[in-house]
Amino acid sequence: MSPEANLGDNVIDTVTAVFLVAGALMSLAAAVGLLRFPDLLSRMHAATKPQVLGLFLLLAAIGLQMRTWWVWPVLLVAWIFQLLTVPVSAHMVGRSGYRTKHMHRELLSSDDLEAVVQKAAKSARDEASNG
Amino acid sequence: MMQIVLAVTAVILSLAAAGAILRIARGPSLLDRVLASDVLLAILGAALCIDMAVNRHLNNLMLLVALSVVGFIGSVTVARFVADRREQTHES
Repeated sequence: MSPEANLGDNVIDTVTAVFLVAGALMSLAAAVGLLRFPDLLSRMHAATKPQVLGLFLLLAAIGLQMRTWWVWPVLLVAWIFQLLTVPVSAHMVGRSGYRTKHMHRELLSSDDLEAVVQKAAKSARDEASNG
Repeated sequence: MMQIVLAVTAVILSLAAAGAILRIARGPSLLDRVLASDVLLAILGAALCIDMAVNRHLNNLMLLVALSVVGFIGSVTVARFVADRREQTHES
């Protein structure tokens, strides 16, 4: 094996190691955030780290280690599906968290949803009283 | 070097999974538990990724793709049917 190829392997291995440790640290950051943040909405913020950035780092590490080109599209598909599905579940959890008041309202700096919810509740009340 | 990385990431992911499980056990509301179980699923996917990268095989790749496609259905379902059973607002 030529020394240049050896050097390239070392560089790729080092980058892979950095990606792996950083991706694992994203999971740890999410766990610390889950344990330390006060309410549901701020915990949701912490939970997105391993789901998107952590998964990206770890998939890149796989692609670097396998040394083949065909594996990259599969990894890209996995990451893109994660990007498409994570906002859906975050939206549903955040929505029902807001409706069931699992949050500390005094921690919010602005609340654009409250007027909409009040209006919907009022029109629902009107419907009930008229019909 | 890869063996050292494997050991370090195993310790980190074990701590992270312990934290997520603690939040599932403790978590004051159902939505907190759902969120923590989502994080636990992400940690499991991270463990599969690290196993593939360190040992240089692709046995778990299709499982990983399937996880990222269908992993959100559970939390969406629970969030859709969660109901507010408490009398007044949450104070803790």
